[in-house]
Amino acid sequence: MLAVFAAGTSASAMAETDWAKHHPRRHEVNKRLNNQNRRIHQRVRTEERIHLKRHFVLIVGVLACVIALPAPAAELTGQQRALHVLNRLAYGPRPGDVAQVMRMGVDQYIDEQLHPERIVLPASLNRQLANLSAIKKSDRDLIAEFRDAAKEAKQDPERGKQERRELVKQIALQTAAARLSRAIDSPRQLEEVMVDFWFNHFNVFEGKGLDRVLIAGYEREAIRPHVLGRFRDLLGATATHPAMLFYLDNWQSTAPGFKPLFRGGNKQAPSGLNENYARELMELHTLGVDGGYTQKDVTELARILTGWTFDPREGSFRFAERRHDQGDKTWMGHSINANGQAEGEFALDELAKSPATARHISYKLAQYFVADQPPPHLVEQLARRFTQSGGDIRAVLNTLFHSPEFWDPANYGGKFKTPYQYVLSALRASDAHVVNYLPVLGALRQLGMPLYGCQTPDGYKNTQEAWLNPDALTRRINFATALAAGRLPLSTIPDRDNAHAMEQAKNFTPVDAKVLAATLDGLLSEQTRASVAAADSRLQSALMLGSPDFMHH
Amino acid sequence: MDRRKFIQAATLSGMGLIAVGKSAWAARSVEPATERKLIVVLLRGAVDGLNVVIPHGDPNYYQMRPTIAVPRPGQEDGAIDLDGYFGLHPALISLQPLWQQGKLAFVQAAGSPDPTRSHFDAQDFMESGTPGRKATADGWMNRLLGNLPGVSTPTRAISVGPVMPRILSGHMATTNIASGAAAGRPGVLDRPAIGTAFSKLYQGQDAMSHAYRDAQQAHLEVMSSLEDEMRNADNGAPPPNGFPVDASHVARLMRNNPRIQLAFMALGGWDTHANEGAGKGQLANHLSPLGQGLATLARELGPTFDDTTIVVMSEFGRTVRQNGNNGTDHGHGNVMWLLGGRIAGGKVHGDWPGLDENRLYEGRDLAVTTDFRTVLAQVAERHLQLPDTRLEQIFPALPRQVKPLNLMRV
Repeated sequence: MLAVFAAGTSASAMAETDWAKHHPRRHEVNKRLNNQNRRIHQRVRTEERIHLKRHFVLIVGVLACVIALPAPAAELTGQQRALHVLNRLAYGPRPGDVAQVMRMGVDQYIDEQLHPERIVLPASLNRQLANLSAIKKSDRDLIAEFRDAAKEAKQDPERGKQERRELVKQIALQTAAARLSRAIDSPRQLEEVMVDFWFNHFNVFEGKGLDRVLIAGYEREAIRPHVLGRFRDLLGATATHPAMLFYLDNWQSTAPGFKPLFRGGNKQAPSGLNENYARELMELHTLGVDGGYTQKDVTELARILTGWTFDPREGSFRFAERRHDQGDKTWMGHSINANGQAEGEFALDELAKSPATARHISYKLAQYFVADQPPPHLVEQLARRFTQSGGDIRAVLNTLFHSPEFWDPANYGGKFKTPYQYVLSALRASDAHVVNYLPVLGALRQLGMPLYGCQTPDGYKNTQEAWLNPDALTRRINFATALAAGRLPLSTIPDRDNAHAMEQAKNFTPVDAKVLAATLDGLLSEQTRASVAAADSRLQSALMLGSPDFMHH
Repeated sequence: MDRRKFIQAATLSGMGLIAVGKSAWAARSVEPATERKLIVVLLRGAVDGLNVVIPHGDPNYYQMRPTIAVPRPGQEDGAIDLDGYFGLHPALISLQPLWQQGKLAFVQAAGSPDPTRSHFDAQDFMESGTPGRKATADGWMNRLLGNLPGVSTPTRAISVGPVMPRILSGHMATTNIASGAAAGRPGVLDRPAIGTAFSKLYQGQDAMSHAYRDAQQAHLEVMSSLEDEMRNADNGAPPPNGFPVDASHVARLMRNNPRIQLAFMALGGWDTHANEGAGKGQLANHLSPLGQGLATLARELGPTFDDTTIVVMSEFGRTVRQNGNNGTDHGHGNVMWLLGGRIAGGKVHGDWPGLDENRLYEGRDLAVTTDFRTVLAQVAERHLQLPDTRLEQIFPALPRQVKPLNLMRV
């Protein structure tokens, strides 16, 4: 369980010796040594750093070698293997999950998760989803409602604003409720993990204008159907969805000098390029920032994508011929003759099959599923699979989940959960039946990871360095304590006008410490178990959920 | 010093602080090592510096920005004239008194020597202090902390918000406090039974345990420094959130707690690719609370403001020409802002390259004539009194500035 405490700060200053290079359990031992060294640095930093430091590091560095060597590099036990897949392919175990995965076998579990269409959704989840009317509305209807409210706002500002706010609030809450209820209750856990992964990769910010009503459709149509499919399909679906076109401004990028037919005296009508989407398409969505493109390539790609817009009345993609730059382009070494929308489709094809894209996506997958510093050999391996399979995400994941790196004991319990993973895994471990999602959304906001609330197109990070800090730790403990004591009003929607419901909301049902301990069996270190056992029984669940062990996975 | 004695001394002083709270440092004279303060504000998303400090004396500016140029001084929604050539965006009116008092200055055409137009790489370089080098593990403010004289506590450098910024990450312990009204509120760990149980769980020497203890210490200090405000807040409506509120918290913390020397805050929303606006509009709406927050910082720091330098910076500037959507795309050179009692204020510093076509960087952007590190290095050396032999640790391989800058008053 040592790896659990890995510090997320800078790379260790320790130079690699011959001994370290050739040791049979090189990776694991080095990792332990690095962790030791980081901890030592952490300790030293609070002290005067002058001459004291050198001796101290040296002495403890030697000690670390002695301590680290005898530690067994044993294979994971059956229970640990089950916990590992539940932690990484799912949002952690619910009561009974570990036993079930051990019964069916880890390989079988992985195979099943890679084919979510073979897993039946429980009726209770289907019922819950059926109650969320907003998530089924088409983009067209939602935009129409949004615009009606905007019109109303012009005539009757107070009422119109009120209506629009109400509409947006309902859509936002229901979209979030759909996402969270699936993440907590769906047996197709990997599908839910990948929805979050790809949404984050192709991030769109809920707070920007029309995107307030387009988020639901974006996740439903552009992301969800392709999360285990072909990367090119996913790329194309995001490139043509109004939510993305609006978020990164491409909807109003036009050929230079374009004159709209009806300007209507509006001096602000679009006329000219907007580079925003073209840049992020290469930097974030495909090639990666070091993918070998220049400013010229950004501008040329923006020209290629002029006219990729959407019909605001239909809420659907439209290629606007008149806005398209009809000149020839030179992009990434290709001479491209003017050819309408086909130019952009060609660019997406090229981007999707570029080796730089294969590497970029593989790095992100390996970092998400294996380790903050993904093993280079694994990234290479995945990139090769990505290219060979024509960008088949399921095939790449299958390689990943059966790789020695994924199963390396040094990577077991070594990832620090993001706030999203932490909150969801705590709800699952405590077998929470959530009806009211507001406290969950509040916790995510407080922890710095509001759902659909990442403003910038790069999405949230998933490393310990990004998320472990003093304030975050305190807030996680606050959340764990409230959840464990049953003080989060999750099971009833608080309704001020309904005295009975308000009374019910005050009925605390604490999380049963014995059940929780059984669910987390094998996951908590000896030290944590001892601290829990020594504590007041009413605090035991809070301590387990707020422990360092549970914050890692 | 003998190591055990040292640790004992450090532990005792730490414990002493926790036990006696505010009165301890109120009674103590200001610790000389941390007397000089630095606050860095990073505008994430690339603020359009040409619409912050407006070259209204350059006709190219108005030609290249037909719908988004800020009008000349004296016109409706026009710039506030600074020196006859440059003007300040009218939404920053709250900063005008500081300009007049000589406590506000700008460096125009500053930026990174690295040509990237990626927000994320450029911010990374501005926070690591090593443009073009991604492998740098720590932030320059963290290295600065490690090289300044005096003993560091985890609250010597603070940031506001739920994540620890790259600029403060590294070997030295730093702390973050909650943004908005939540700062300084008691939490469950203030209940003795719960606090004791968790302290036992986090008593190790690992990163998590250190973060836990840093959080506890910072929390006590913040609670104590903000207690008056919190008591008032309880009587009325919850205080609003936003930059001015966070700025007020930082000012009070720095004024009340002499241990705090460095602070970092970040603000987003500057990526104005469309409908940027001119004297009014999107950019103006973001500048206004920023200006108010900075004025709040200056006011509420009180006498401490005279010992403080505030630096406002952003990863790169934006295109000189407006784009097709009345906005601007990613550019290069930008403006840096300096506030404080010791800066050479009332002046737009730097070597202004102008906006003539042949002076633009890659034919589209304001050129960089001052390396952002030169500005920061001068603040570190002349204001924070960093020994010049240590500068190499903070900004390795920093090239010499060709034309000398004198940003601090002598």
